[in-house]
Order: sequence, then C-alpha cells, then structure tokens
Amino acid sequence: MLRWLIGGGREPQGLAEKSPLQTIGEEQTQNPYTELLVLKAHHDIVRYLVQLDDSRFASAGDDGTVVVWNAQTGEKLLELNGHTQKITAIITLPCLETCEEKNQLILTASADRTVIEWDCDTGRQVQKVSCFQSTVKCLAVIQRLDVWLSGGNDLCVWNRKLDLLCQTSHLSDTGITALIEIPKNCVVAAVGKELIIFRLVAATEGSLGWDILEVKRLLDHQDNILSLVNVNDVSFVSGSHVGELIIWDTLGWTVQACERNFWDPSPQLDAQREIKLCQKPNDVSIHHLTWDEENVFVAVGRGLYVYNLPMKRVIACQKAAHDSSVLHVAKLPNRQVISCSEDGSVRIWELREKQQLSVEPAPTGFFNMWGFGRVNKQASHPAKKQQENATSCSLELIGDLIGHSSSVEMFLYFEDHGLVTCSADHLIILWKNGERESGLRSLKLFQKLEENGDLYLSV
Amino acid sequence: MISAPDVVAFTKEDEYEEEPYNEPALPEEYSVPLFPFASQGANPWSKLSGAKFSRDFILISEFSEQVGPQPLLTIPNDTKVFGNFDLNYFSLRIMSVDYQASFVGHPPGSAYPKLNFVEDSKVVLGDSKEGAFAYVHHLTLYDLEARGFVRPFCMAYISADQHKIMQQFQELSAEFSKASECLKTGNRKAFAGELEKKLKDLDYTRTVLHTETEIQKKANDKGFYSSQAIEKANELASVEKSIIEHQDLLRQIRSYPHRKLRGSSLCPRESEHIQDPPSQAATTSDPEESADTDHYACRPSYTPKLIKAKSTKCFDKKLKTLEELCDTEYFTQTLAQLRHIEHMFRGDLCYLLTSQIDRALLKQQHITSFLFEDLVEVSDRLAEKQESTVSKPHHYGPPSESPEDCLVPQVLISVGSYKSSVESVLIKMEQDLGDEASREAAVMESSSFDPQENLDYLEMDMKGSVSSGESIEVLGTEKPTSVLSKSESQSSLTVPLSPQVVRSKAVSHRTISGDSIEVLSTCPSEALIPDDFKASYPSAINEEESYAEGSQGAIHFQAGISPPEAGEAEEGSSGLALLQTDASCCIGREAGALLVPLSTPGHTLSDEDGVVSVPPQRYRQKDQGFHVDFSVENASPSSRDNSCEGFPAYELDPSHLLTSLDGSKTSLDDHSDATSYGSSVASTSSDRTPSSMPPAGPSSERHKKRAGQNALKFIRQYPFAHPAIYSLLSGRTLVVLGEEEAMVRKLVTALSIFVPGYGRHGKPVKHWLSSPLHITDFQKWKLIGLQRVASPASASALHALSRYSRYTSILDLDRKTLRCPLYRGTLVPRLADHRTHIRRGSTYFLHVQSMLAQLCAKAFLYTFCHHLHLPAHGGEAPELAASRQASFLQLTLGLVHEDVKVVRYLAELLRLHYTQERRGTSQPALRFDYVPSFLYKI
Repeated sequence: MLRWLIGGGREPQGLAEKSPLQTIGEEQTQNPYTELLVLKAHHDIVRYLVQLDDSRFASAGDDGTVVVWNAQTGEKLLELNGHTQKITAIITLPCLETCEEKNQLILTASADRTVIEWDCDTGRQVQKVSCFQSTVKCLAVIQRLDVWLSGGNDLCVWNRKLDLLCQTSHLSDTGITALIEIPKNCVVAAVGKELIIFRLVAATEGSLGWDILEVKRLLDHQDNILSLVNVNDVSFVSGSHVGELIIWDTLGWTVQACERNFWDPSPQLDAQREIKLCQKPNDVSIHHLTWDEENVFVAVGRGLYVYNLPMKRVIACQKAAHDSSVLHVAKLPNRQVISCSEDGSVRIWELREKQQLSVEPAPTGFFNMWGFGRVNKQASHPAKKQQENATSCSLELIGDLIGHSSSVEMFLYFEDHGLVTCSADHLIILWKNGERESGLRSLKLFQKLEENGDLYLSV
Repeated sequence: MISAPDVVAFTKEDEYEEEPYNEPALPEEYSVPLFPFASQGANPWSKLSGAKFSRDFILISEFSEQVGPQPLLTIPNDTKVFGNFDLNYFSLRIMSVDYQASFVGHPPGSAYPKLNFVEDSKVVLGDSKEGAFAYVHHLTLYDLEARGFVRPFCMAYISADQHKIMQQFQELSAEFSKASECLKTGNRKAFAGELEKKLKDLDYTRTVLHTETEIQKKANDKGFYSSQAIEKANELASVEKSIIEHQDLLRQIRSYPHRKLRGSSLCPRESEHIQDPPSQAATTSDPEESADTDHYACRPSYTPKLIKAKSTKCFDKKLKTLEELCDTEYFTQTLAQLRHIEHMFRGDLCYLLTSQIDRALLKQQHITSFLFEDLVEVSDRLAEKQESTVSKPHHYGPPSESPEDCLVPQVLISVGSYKSSVESVLIKMEQDLGDEASREAAVMESSSFDPQENLDYLEMDMKGSVSSGESIEVLGTEKPTSVLSKSESQSSLTVPLSPQVVRSKAVSHRTISGDSIEVLSTCPSEALIPDDFKASYPSAINEEESYAEGSQGAIHFQAGISPPEAGEAEEGSSGLALLQTDASCCIGREAGALLVPLSTPGHTLSDEDGVVSVPPQRYRQKDQGFHVDFSVENASPSSRDNSCEGFPAYELDPSHLLTSLDGSKTSLDDHSDATSYGSSVASTSSDRTPSSMPPAGPSSERHKKRAGQNALKFIRQYPFAHPAIYSLLSGRTLVVLGEEEAMVRKLVTALSIFVPGYGRHGKPVKHWLSSPLHITDFQKWKLIGLQRVASPASASALHALSRYSRYTSILDLDRKTLRCPLYRGTLVPRLADHRTHIRRGSTYFLHVQSMLAQLCAKAFLYTFCHHLHLPAHGGEAPELAASRQASFLQLTLGLVHEDVKVVRYLAELLRLHYTQERRGTSQPALRFDYVPSFLYKI
C-alpha cells in the first residue's frame, strides 16, 4: 500500500547518484488531464483493465470480482461475482459476425481454477469451466479459427461453446506466462525461459478432431520470459527477466535481432555498478512491451526504452523513468508514451526528435521546501546526456499523474474519455481532460435546457 | 352583526404624548432613540408600549352560550408568556366583534333549519389599554346541542406590535385559515357522527312511541282518544318532524365535501339555498375527504337511546369541549398548526420581514443558492414550499392569493381612517355580487377594495383625516381579491416589492384617538400597486418624496418602490422609532446580500459594487420553474452579442428604472447611505438578535456569527488570507494543518463560509482528520482540518500531503505558513479586506454572503449564456468559443486573472448541479490545475 513511500524514502540514498529520476514541476502545461474521478468498487489489488467498447471497460483484480464501468461518467454498471479467488487473466471474446446477439462477452480466468464467460451487457454468467488442473495464467483468442486458448501448466483449446477441443500434455509447473498467435495457425507460448511454438490443426471432415502439436522450442533467452507481443505480421518480440529483448521472425521462428544490454547502454559504467545491477536483475527485467509501426517501447526495470525495428537499435531511452519498476507502457497516437509504475505514478512522455540541447528538468519546489526532497538528483545529469547522445530521439516528460497511493498496475487509454488507471490501492482513477469535460457538461446543460423548453435561441 | 361598540376609556393619553418619537437632534442616520422601557429591564424587542405580556401568543376563545366570552387555551400554554394580561377581558373584546353570529335555525321561508357554511372572518383589532393588537380569526363550529347548532369560536394572534399584525396579515390569515380548516373539517366529521347517533335515537324513539300508541289504541276501543294517547301522538309527530329535520341537517353537512368536489364553488346549489362560501371550499386534504365520506357511511354500531320528549334546558347540560367538537385527531393537528404559527411569527417585525424577504429572494436564486447558502435553510424552505404547494388549492379561490404570494412581505396600504363603517358597507354593496354580497352586507363588516376606490381613500388619507375618536373603525376586508380580475392581480404581482420599513409618517397627519376598538382589516397590497404607480398615485409620490427628503433618510432607503405604508402611525407604538432604526440596518445588510444576485444581468454588468437596489422583478413564488425559465430566457438572448440587449429595457437602463419605479429615485440616494450605515453603524448595533427567534434560528445564527467573527479574525491576522480564500473559491482543497484540534476546527468552521457546496450533500468540509490523506479525500472535501502529530505516523501524513501537493493548498497553523498558488485577482480583496470596518461577525457573514451571491450571479450568467458555449454555427472552431468565453469573463463580467478561475469553477458546479438527475449521487470529479505553488509566510 505504501510502497511508493518506501520507494521514495529509499531512493535518494541508494539510486540517486546512479540514475536521476527526471521530474517535472507543478506547472505542466502540456498535461491535459486536469480532472479525475476516483472509482471505488474493488476490495483488493486491481490488476486488469479491459476495454469493452467505446465507452465501457471492465476491471478485475485480486478480490475475484469483475466490475464493468462507464468510462465517461465513471458509473459502475455491473459487478460480476463468480470467482472465489483472484483473477489471473481477462480477455474479451469478440462476437461473431453471424451471431445474433451482439452482447459483449468476456472470459476471466481465476486462481480458483475456473474460467467464466460473462455477458457484459446483462451481467449474466454465461458459462463456467472448472475442469482445469492448474490455474489458467493466460488466455488468447484466435478469431480466425473461432477458438480460444487457455494457458496454465498445459495449453487447452476451446471453442465458443466452451467445449474442450484438445490440449497439450503437461508442459511445466511454472506454467505458461504468455501466449500469442502467429501466422500459419501457430501460437507461441512462453514457458519459463523457453518459447514453445504450437500448431493448431483444425478439425476437418477426415480427421478425428482438433489437435495441437508442438512445433519448435526456442531457447535463446537466459531467464524467464516475462513479456511477449506480436509486433507485426513478420515479427514478434519477447522480453525476459534479465533484460533480453529478442525480435523473432514469425515465419521462420528465428532471431531477427537481439538487445541484451539495457543495463549497459554506455560503456563508461564501472564494474562495481555492473555487479550491482547483476545482483538486481529486477532493475532490468522487461515487464511490458508495446509497439507501433516502427518502434517497440520497452519497460526495462525503472526505465523506458524505445527500440527502433528498422534501425535495430534503441533510439531513445529514459533510464530512470520512474522510482521503481515500470509495469505498463502504452503508445498514444500523438507520439506520446504513457508509463505506469510501482511507485504509484503515471507519466506522460513525448517522443521527440533529438535536439541539440536537452531540456533541463524543472526544479521541484515542493519537495525541497518540505525538506525531504531529492537534493542530489541532478548530480549525474551530464552523464545522462552523454549516454543519450547515442540515440536519435528523446523521451521528454510532459506530465505526471499522481493519485494512486500504491503501485499502478495497468492503465487503459480511451480516445474520447481519457485514461483509466488501476492500482494496488484498490482504486481505479479516471483521468480526464478537464477542458473537454467542461465543454461536454456545458453542452449537456444546454441540451437539458432545450429539452425543458427553456432554451431560447433567437433566430 | 356588530353590536354597540365597546367603549373603553382612553387611559394612556399621557404616555403617548411623551413618546420620544420624532425629535432627531443628530443627523437621522446616527440617532438611535432611547428605548423608553429600558428602565424596566426588558430588551427593546420584547415589550412594546408596555404590553402586559412578554411575547406574542395565540388565544382561542369561545362565545359560550352559557357564560359568554371565555378564553379556552393559549399557545404557548405558559402563564409567563401572557403574564397578567387579562385573557377574559380580551376574549370579551375579540368575541364581541364577531360579526358572523350566523343565525342558524329556521330562516324565514324555510321549513327546516339550515346549516350555514359561514366563512371565517379575519379582522385586526387593537386594544390600546392592554397594549395588545390582535389578528382575530372567527369561526363557527357545529354542535347539535348548541343553540342554533353553532358555537362561535375565535383564534387570535395577539401581539404588542400592531405593525406586525398589519404587515403579516396575509401570512397570518393564510396560516390561521389552515388551522381553521382543520378544525372545521374535524367538526363536520364529528357533527355528522353526532347527527347519525341522534337519528338512530330518534328512530328508536319513534318505534317505541309507535308501539306504545298501538298498544294504547288496542287497549282503548272506545273510539275516542284519551289525553294520554293524544299526547303520545303529538310526541310521535314531533319525533317524526325531528327526524326529518335531522336528516336534512345530515344531508347538508354531508353535502359539504361534494360541493367541493364539484369544483365550481362559486355557484350555489340549486337544491339548497345555502350560501356557498368560496373561501371555505377547503379541507385539509383529499384523502381525508374521502375518508370522511366513508366515515359517514359506516359508523360503528351504536345502541340507540330513548329520547325524552322534553329535552333538558341547555343551561343545565355541559357543553362539549373544543376537542370533543372536533375529533381529537383533528384537534391535535390544529394545535400543532397553531404552535407552528406561533413559531413562525416569533420575533419582531423587522426580523420577520427580513427573513421573509430573505426567503423570497433566495427562492429566486434557487439555481445558484446551493453554492453558498445554508443548506438547512434551503431545504427547510423547500419543504415549506412543498407544503405550501400541496395546500395551495385549499386556500383561496382566486389564484392570485395563494399562500406563496403571501410569503412575500406585503406592502400594506395606508388605509386611512374611515369615518364610519357605513361607508365601507356601501362600497361593499356596490361591488359584490349576488348572494355573497347580500350576505356580506348583512354581515356589514367586510369591504372590498378595488384600486380606484382605494385611490380615493388614499387621497383622502393624504389630506390628513381626523377621525372621530370613539368609534369602531372598520377598515378593509377579509376577502378582497374576489373582485379583482385575474389579470389585474397577475400584473400587480410583477410589481417589485422591497423591504418595507415601517414608518410612522402620519403622526403629524392624524389625530386619532385610538383607544376604541379598531378593527383594521386589510386588503392585499397588490391590488393597490398597479404598474403605473406614478400615474395613478401622484399624491402618494409627492408625499413619498417629501417624506424622503425629510428626516428619515436612513430608514427610508428602500422605500422608493413602496407604496404608502400601512401601519399608520399607531399611537401605541412608542418603541417604533427604535424599531425602525434597527430595521433599516438589518434590511440594509440583508438587501445588500440578497438583492445583488437577483438583480438582472444588466445590473450586474454595469454596477461595480453590486449594491444598487434594483428591485427583484419576479415575485411569483408559485412555481419555481417559472423563475428558471424566465431567468434563462433572459440570459440566453442577452448573449447574442456581448451586450445584454436581450434584456427588457427597463431592466437594463438605470434611468428607465428610476422613472418606471418612481420612488426609487430617492431610494437610490438613500440606499448608499443605508449601506454605509449598515456596514459601519449597523455593525455595532445589528448584532443584537431578536429576543426570540424561530427554532432553527439561534443555533444557525450563532454559528454564522461565530464563523463570521473567526473569518474576520483570520483575515486580519494572516496577510495571506487572500490566496487561501481563493483556493477555497476555486475548488482547490485547503488543508488546515495544526496540532491543536480546537484551533483547527475553529478556523475550518470560519473558512467554510467560503466553500462552495456541491448541492444536497452539504458543504464539503471535513473539520478534523487525523489519518493520512488519500486521493478520495480531495475529491470529497474542499476544506480539511488535518492533525499534525509529532510521531512517525505524521511523517506519512506529511508524505501524503507533499505527494498530493498539486491538489491542495496547505495552511500550516503552527508555523503560520501557507502554500498555495498565486492570486492576483480583485475579487477576494473585496471579499476579505483586512482593513474592513466591519467588526461584527454576523455583519461580516452577511457581507460575505452578499459578495458571494454576486459572484454566483456572475457564474450563473457565464453558465447559462449559450452563445459562449455553443458554436455559433456548425463549423466553428472551438477556439472561437473559448475566446468568446474569455472575453465575456474579462470584459463583460470584469474578472481579472485568477478570478476567472473562480467563476469557471462555480460554473462547473452549476452545470453539474443543473444537469444532475435527481438521483445524482456522484460527487463531482476532482478538478485541478497544474500551477506552481508559492509559500507564504507571515
């Protein structure tokens, strides 16, 4: 709950010299989020947010409940209770083109070894599967084949009616941590240090039914794979606990590029520090990955890196983007990157073409004034500049959102409604563009006046 | 019928001559006349002119057929209240003017006794010997055993202050009518039950007699009847007759509700030639009505008794008590209503008037009132409003006289003295129609005015009338609007009313020897204030102006729009001058506080200080929606271009305003005096609260006073009060950090007067918090008192504070520092001037209220001007609207720098409040700005 406090307290002694945290003052002219709404419904850590449609999202967490919210008003629409333990995975089940009902369905997996299919319009529990041998840790939907997969200690394939089509043998006790679909009816599952590629064989008239075959194991990672994303048609990316980022070819399942030295971007690092880093692999573990057309945005430890796919190198980095591990990264359409972290803050970055002069971080008035500021945080600023010379772009902090009192687990961006963040402090916060909201309220006001017949517009 | 007037010796002549009334040695605004009864140790408000009772009370009396007038009960039922006031004597007085002694029984030309559904009469009566004035409400109740089946009762509101009675006549009348209706409904029910029992008795008696007669017939075959038999037969016949009579009575009493249901209460029933009293077509509620009918239908089983042929003499039997007459349930309800009345009219007149004006004005700004007004009061008033709307149809037939209208302090007419009652009766005859007229003429006490005739009277009055000393003066009517057409009364409703200061202007004019019974009934003022006031009342204006030029400037500040006053320099009120002075300062402050938000936008724009006394324009309290619509209607067109051309000219143009509202010419001048007076002199004198106040009053009043006082202290003590207050006004949470709980609480309470409310939930203020702050706290509270503890726990609290510093301003009481954004506006310095001359807490509170109300008006304008927010055409860039908003805020509303943010924030709250559905439980989102904060130190 108070991790940010501990982090904040510890940070100045331990890490300040090494990697200064870029901060921004209270004046954030580019930060559009000037309104927030605290949504309270969960009783435990909220870990997952999933967008249902343009104006709704669902949240799920360790209390085992799923809550459906209106992203505009922050109204709690539904509370779905069915799991007895914490929820481990959530995914939307896209509705079929042919299907009559257009109700939004979601699948949730829980530590109680069940998967439940919910109707998010009615709150109805559509179906429940409870024949799992282990906790399902990831879910994936292959829309092309109209099946979904659950990954626990083994991999199961299900159809829409929740019939088990086929399953693999027991893979590992740690279970599948990530699951993505790649072309040619293949899926990649991250199991410990390995990436296993399976091929799905759909039921044809001749065959007995569905089958799933292990095609290949990729053993290039040194440590547990934490994140795995499908970047585009030709490549997917995986990141591991020790900061290895590997770009794979989706067709040949070969390594296209590999970036292992996130902890060592500059050659001037002394040996002692390297050891220190090695002792703390958590500082370079890749928790989350996201991508756009040409870049992969990687959350490496406390830092944020931008890896350019065509150039096959890191073009921008922010080594100390947060006080502690970055948990989720997202790229917004307007060249903005948002990251959230265990330190309880959400930061908005802008990817800028490299300029000659790097911007001085704005001084923070408050922390100094109150006596527990980070006095020495700018000590190694020149060093940072130096290392950034290697990159061609920079990530500039344009704003931070402070509201959660504990680790921000995830966030969700709505084009029209703003940002939703969920946190270990049991809260969900809806961050909105105050100006736009004000305009909307004004419109609503006049709409209501008009409805009441009180609006007189002279012709 | 009025009997011979009670002539009472004029005993207190000396006292009147001694009145230290009108000798201002000082300039008027500084002269506070000494209170003549100060030596008696009483406060000036409790006793006027040496009344024998300490405060107002309600007396219920009966004219008993056995013992004559007798007091039944008083409310409050406390001998301390009326002291040595002679209730018996006063009962005699008030019952003796009961004109309606309505004869029931066998009217000529009718075979059966008729029940007369008589109207209540409402008169004002003065008795200067007792120093008492009373609003007297006569009513009759039915009693089968009583003579003529009726028992006359009256309820009297007795006060030492005649002006109070006169000015509150409408309200008193409305409230007492409710009580009366309640009594009468219960009585009808009880009476019907009584009749049914009686009928059963009679029926039984008839059966018994019949059988006896038959037996005698059989026993006696001789063909002639014995005297005994004849007697029996006669008896039988009389029983038969009695049955028919009682059946008729029962039909009549039962017919009452049906008449009401028929709707058109004005047309008399064809079958029964009973007068149909329009004002009486009311019972407490419809369900009860139906219950009544049910009740009539199925009485509980009753064992009939044999009725003796010779009924006992009425003097021998015990008359029913009031409670028996009216059914206990209704009786208690009535008592509750009377207690409510007693509460409602507690306190002295200027207090009542002020609070009524306050209430009326507050209703007009109900869209914005949630921001800063006391929520309890508002909800109170809402409830009151609902109550009154519920009961609205039960009151008077003509819509113009609904109780809502009565809530507005009525300007009373200077009904002069009338030479005799005959005159008014004659007028009455001319005006009234048909049955009603004849009946009322017979009653001979009511008269109804129409404006024309009033004019005559007014003029007559202006000349100064010398009335005959010892006579009954019958002035006015009980039911005046019956002759007003609806349109007339409607138009008159738009005539602005302003706080009326009771003046005793006619002292020099009149030499009435007032010590007779004065029955001063009033008629509603609106009938006398047509729009073209000036034209129709030239003399009145002259009088007004000359008067204003006279000595009473300070008092008169608002009198411009007031027609000649009622009250008419009654001899007895020696404390009047004092009362006036106080009234003026109270009203001055109140008016400052309340007129501003009401004033139309044109006014707001043009006027820097916002204290020009633009009279409120709309006074129809009946439906609030109407107000909204109107306001919006006004606001919307005004926005066409940046001017306010959409407003009616008279609202914009001050000169037009002056001309159209004639007298305000003088009042404007006087007003400035009055406000300055209000802020300087009044600040020392106005804090005296009236001796007795409505129940909600003392606590909230004291609270306000204390809050104002502490706020004042804060402003004086801390040079950085302005940014702190700005934080509150702009919705940035202010955390008051301190070790000492009492100190923090005190300051939080004081500062809470600057916190805009969200609506129903009350003000978002947390007085004392000892746990670390959380983000939800900032969404919930806008002013937080936070405990500073010297322990590790406090470290986390401070951490939280620093972490959320962007959402808060922090006022550290122990270190005397404030950390908050910069403020450069002009609004807060006016709101919280540390060099202010205001010394009293409550004065300052009112000052703040007035400033905030003005601010609310700006926010309202900004929110509801649609051209500012809606695109002028489809393809307009949003930037254009934004620039329009900015220029409106800066140029039109005259806001600079951070003041804009305040108005924007208030506008945001208004939007939320307006668009919120009723169920709306959601708190508004936490809005904040990314602005740097600064540290202020002493």
